[in-house]
Amino acid sequence: MIPELGHYALVLALALGLIQSIVPLIGALSRDAALMRLGTSTAVMQFAFVSAAFAALTVCYVTSDFSVVNVFENSHSMMPLIYKFTSVWGNHEGSMLLWVLILALFGAMVALFGNNLPETLKANVLAVQSWIACAFYLFILLTSNPFLRLAQAPVEGRDLNPILQDIGLAIHPPLLYLGYVGFSIAFSFAIAALIEGRIDAAWARWVRPWTLAAWMCLTVGIAMGSYWAYYELGWGGFWFWDPVENASLMPWLAGTALLHSAVVMEKRNALKIWTLLLAILAFSLSLIGTFLVRSGVLTSVHTFASDPARGVFILAILVFFIGGGLTLFAWRAPMLKQGGLFAPVSREGALVFNNLFLTTACLTVFVGTLYPLALEAFTNEKISVGAPFFNLTFAPLFIPLLFAMPFGPLLAWKRGDVLGVAQRLMAAFAAGLVAIMVTFVVMGMSSALAPLGIGLALYVMTGALVDLAERTNLFRAPLSTVRMRAAGLPRSTWGTAVAHFGIAVTLFGIVCQTWASERIVALKPTQVVTLADYDLTFDGMTQHSGPNFRELAAKFTVRSGGVVIGTMEPSKRSFASRNSSTTEAALLTRGVSQLYLSLGDTNEDGSIAIRLYHKPMVLLIWLGSLVMMFGGGLSLSDRRLRIGAPKPATKSSSLQPAE
Amino acid sequence: MTRKQRRLILIGSSLGVLGIAAALVLSALRDSIVFFNSPTDIVEKKPAAGTRMRVGGLVKPGTLVRGDNLQIRFDVTDGNKDIAVRYQGIVPDLFREGQGVVTEGKLDGSGIFVADTVLAKHDEKYMPREVVDALKKTGRWQEGEDAGSKPK
Repeated sequence: MIPELGHYALVLALALGLIQSIVPLIGALSRDAALMRLGTSTAVMQFAFVSAAFAALTVCYVTSDFSVVNVFENSHSMMPLIYKFTSVWGNHEGSMLLWVLILALFGAMVALFGNNLPETLKANVLAVQSWIACAFYLFILLTSNPFLRLAQAPVEGRDLNPILQDIGLAIHPPLLYLGYVGFSIAFSFAIAALIEGRIDAAWARWVRPWTLAAWMCLTVGIAMGSYWAYYELGWGGFWFWDPVENASLMPWLAGTALLHSAVVMEKRNALKIWTLLLAILAFSLSLIGTFLVRSGVLTSVHTFASDPARGVFILAILVFFIGGGLTLFAWRAPMLKQGGLFAPVSREGALVFNNLFLTTACLTVFVGTLYPLALEAFTNEKISVGAPFFNLTFAPLFIPLLFAMPFGPLLAWKRGDVLGVAQRLMAAFAAGLVAIMVTFVVMGMSSALAPLGIGLALYVMTGALVDLAERTNLFRAPLSTVRMRAAGLPRSTWGTAVAHFGIAVTLFGIVCQTWASERIVALKPTQVVTLADYDLTFDGMTQHSGPNFRELAAKFTVRSGGVVIGTMEPSKRSFASRNSSTTEAALLTRGVSQLYLSLGDTNEDGSIAIRLYHKPMVLLIWLGSLVMMFGGGLSLSDRRLRIGAPKPATKSSSLQPAE
Repeated sequence: MTRKQRRLILIGSSLGVLGIAAALVLSALRDSIVFFNSPTDIVEKKPAAGTRMRVGGLVKPGTLVRGDNLQIRFDVTDGNKDIAVRYQGIVPDLFREGQGVVTEGKLDGSGIFVADTVLAKHDEKYMPREVVDALKKTGRWQEGEDAGSKPK
């Protein structure tokens, strides 16, 4: 009964979506307030129905209802409860349901919190948002129905793919989807503006909070995925330049560019057309990411099942929205009014520089990701484009961007003074140079580039602090004045500094991996392996059994300078239900550095192969993303943007539901 | 400065950055991409020793030999031709005889493929797509073989 209710709720959501796709548009054209306002209620109702569908599927999972194909294929009655929840989206159908749930959530939020938007804009935005939702409802109902039943319910499920049975899976996909789908709001606003043929600085102010929220989620979502791959896949790397990772990086790059260009538009009423284009591109790249991951064009851990019909359907959605969006842009954008003027050297100029490098970097990732697919389609040659390609293309574009980053916030609007800013950044230059020299002295000449990277990171960190110090008159004015000025600074200024600082923290962590060390050896019990300053003694093997797996664990005692500092217990788990196994790496955290130990095969002579890494400062890579998110949050809490917050119920609305 | 001059500066610098990016991409595409070959491709095309490439197929049953120091040797087959592969290190969890595998490395002078990376599938449903295509070419792949997940 419950799966049928879920299915039915989804069909109802589609019906509402179809109404919302058309009626508010007509309302906006004919200036009919009642028709326009209809979008608000349908958006909220859509969210209610999709939530019901999602809840229905969750109930099927939690109660292990194996008569539902989707549950049968991806769950197991012995699985811990938390994984019964997360496996709802640990498969193709369920993850698409999560996608539309978030889409409907954003639609409902615009409907509820967008009271201060002009009525026509709000109506158009909700209609466009509903087009996207309808496309994905149809996709789910026609090709990926999670509620299909089996004629005869099996007694036991096939279990979730073991490497997905992890807490990382609980957090990573929802966050990533919040980011991907969040950009749909910017897209809807852009299309609505193009339909109306009118755009002004206020538009940027309305779009920015949504973009910012999406960007924050995407930032942490990507970082979570990276951390999950790091500890779960057993290879010890944090970024593989895998096409699936690139698929999430591209919208992030475009979204970051959008955040910055929207600032110019809001403050100076310039770069309007470019900002519109970026809004369309950021969501287009999210759709492309979904297509790459979901269509089975690429094989990876994310490809749960490949079915050509699904690929073609998503491709059709892709062509419709990207092609339609860009066509509308090409047709209507030239009619929009030009914005203000600015000198090349100015805050606007710096933000244009940022946009130029971010979009170009995004383009190189795009080429590197899609070139193998295009080449195979046209010549049948199979190639792989990996880290070397991106190190040669992406990195050289990011270095000038990072170097220019501290300059941006210090330049004045309209006409800036580079030399003046450089003088104020003296402390940052000094910090960078000292860091380079110290790194050379301490770490030696083994790598020439890495100390420069450390210098760059320190320079950017100090640059972010200099920005704050300059604005609060730190070291120049008495402390009470500084405190007052600090309290008076807009939250968005704090946000900028914190987010820029976060980028540098991540960069610092990445550069430090140059000095990571690795040993791969076969060990017998009581033997010792040494890496960096650590001695690991292999104590022996133990057997455990978990709820749905059996585990072979190896116990190691870790000593540093003869003192025991901990134990590590990497293991191999075998899952009978799927006839597969996973390697669970053991991590020992020391400050922000980690020891990483994973198991290989057991040999006939009783020895076991191990892979041991020492990863200095590795946690900074992911902590940096949290700092970035915090910066985004500060910016989001800026008073200026809180115009989107709900107002006290003073306005009486003409349409009150009858009680 | 007039609006026109400013626009020229903007367009000029954009084209400059794009040009640099294009140059970087083209040079990187020439030097850093890796081609995929099936064992048949290697036997027929005889690529030069030392060229970096990927070889994929099935681990031929009965050929896996483990040596000291985590050395392993096995043959990769596409059903038509075999190629001997040498690797030192830890192989993925699901690496075993008869399963699909993709290896990356170089051919040495004697025709043995020295791999530095071995990729196997993530779960029992997953088969590297290159391997599927290589097997299809030699007729060793039946359509629907991987679709065993749908119960009848």
